[in-house]
Amino acid sequence: MVLHRYTLFDTTESTMSIIRFNAVNKWFKDLHVLKDVNLSVAEGEVVVICGPSGSGKSTLIRTVNQLETIGSGEIWVNGQNVIDPKTDINTVRADVGFVFQHFNLYPHLTVLDNITLAPIQVRKQPRVEAEALAETLLAKVGLANKRDVFPSQLSGGQQQRVAIARGLAMQPKVMLFDEPTSALDPEMIGEVLKVMKDLAHTGITMMCVTHEMGFAREVADRVVFLDQGEVVEMATPAEFFSAPKSERAKQFLQQVLSPMH
Amino acid sequence: MGHYQWNWAIVFEQVAGTKEYYYQWLITGLGWTVATALCAWVLALVLGSLVGTLRTVPNKWLASLATCYVELFRNIPLIVQLFLWFYVLPEVLPKSAGFWMKQDMPMPEFITAAIGLGLFTSARVAEQVRTGIMALSSGQKNAGLALGFTLPQAYRYVILPMAFRIVIPPMTSEFMNVFKNSAVALAIGVTELTFQMRQITGEYAPGNPIEVMTIVSVIYLILAFSVNRLMALIERRTQVPGYISGGGK
Ligand SMILES: Nc1ncnc2c1ncn2[C@@H]1O[C@H](COP(=O)(O)OP(=O)(O)OP(=O)(O)O)[C@@H](O)[C@H]1O
Ligand SMILES: [Mg+2]
Repeated sequence: MVLHRYTLFDTTESTMSIIRFNAVNKWFKDLHVLKDVNLSVAEGEVVVICGPSGSGKSTLIRTVNQLETIGSGEIWVNGQNVIDPKTDINTVRADVGFVFQHFNLYPHLTVLDNITLAPIQVRKQPRVEAEALAETLLAKVGLANKRDVFPSQLSGGQQQRVAIARGLAMQPKVMLFDEPTSALDPEMIGEVLKVMKDLAHTGITMMCVTHEMGFAREVADRVVFLDQGEVVEMATPAEFFSAPKSERAKQFLQQVLSPMH
Repeated sequence: MGHYQWNWAIVFEQVAGTKEYYYQWLITGLGWTVATALCAWVLALVLGSLVGTLRTVPNKWLASLATCYVELFRNIPLIVQLFLWFYVLPEVLPKSAGFWMKQDMPMPEFITAAIGLGLFTSARVAEQVRTGIMALSSGQKNAGLALGFTLPQAYRYVILPMAFRIVIPPMTSEFMNVFKNSAVALAIGVTELTFQMRQITGEYAPGNPIEVMTIVSVIYLILAFSVNRLMALIERRTQVPGYISGGGK
């Protein structure tokens, strides 16, 4: 679908980018959690965001669909300024999937109903259509036989795959992930990463907070390194992993890479 | 002085000077008790759910308004509230409305009691609903919002279905309370069960209060037990397979 998978770094043309942060600042009371963030994500691009705990990664990704508001600056998503009060944030959100660290499936609904609820209620899709799509997606994430069970009857890895299917059911242009594998038992991380890798190869735009550096190496077009609310580095995975420029990134990489390998 | 003359058959005796029997009075009383309690409960559920939900919305104005409502109806004794509605309200309303309440309103005691008890109970229901909503992780709501639901949709489809399941046990005791509290309606003249009990043991059959009071107590116990069973049934029916409540894993 999208051919230009590799884009220029400093993409300033808004036409190219599907997500754009312009000088974004955010405070929690006195705590300056996002400092003058400028960032563009091109259509079809896969961007991995990493950084130490508390550096503002979750906050950053949650501002994209305004689960978190900002103090100053602009955020453009799909050509709409999400900060503008005139923008209907619900229509923006409907085109942006979000996968949470703790899955957040609806416990009282079956897997199938979890996936079809938003398409039916928000998109006003006919139930049969929504269910057909849900079944296709469930097959894609390897859970075709789980459509009628409840979330609490699934393992963490299975729940997260359902959550990804739930996001995809809205046929979004962008998928956001906030540490999708960090609440999982180690043996379940692989199955979720595989789904995410498959997804990355479909050409959908992805912004993903993760410490899975193998995933970043394999499928990311760009790695953004965040520290204390600042974008410290932005580079291709090859560059970032082999030759990090800043001392902070070097330290961080040592920490995340050494215990694993 | 003499020994207490037990007579359990008293309830099947005819009331002196009438064609009626004591058991008929008790049945009438039971009828008013059930009617008052159920009407009050329906009102309390509707208003309480609304107010309890409003207490959790981001809009500060709506939330504080809902808080005031709860504090007002929860903290004034029920019997005082009933007196206020029944005796004071008609005096402070515009003349014609007050006049209508005193002269033309059908079944004024019953309607006042049902509404008064309903409002009182609604404040308590609101607190339970609010607690249920707060017990859910904010992740549920965020997951809804992230998919493009409006806030009301997120409440309707995601938050409230779980919150209501969580609050079934405390709601059971509120539902039982509404039957017990309905006895206060006698203060404004509703001829419910306790009213009948007092009338029988006071004027008509003063010699056998223990029997009458025992029977009335057993009736209240049966009512409470029925409510308890009904709620247990609802809890079973709405249970989510495999879900352990409070599950924020
Ligand atoms: N709702 C909040 N109120 C106040 N401070 C907050 C809030 N949410 C986050 N913070 C603070 O903002 C900073 C950034 O938090 P954030 O969750 O974005 O970090 P993170 O990079 O995602 O960390 P982690 O890797 O632990 O998930 C932290 O110092 C955090 O304590
Ligand atoms: Mg985080």
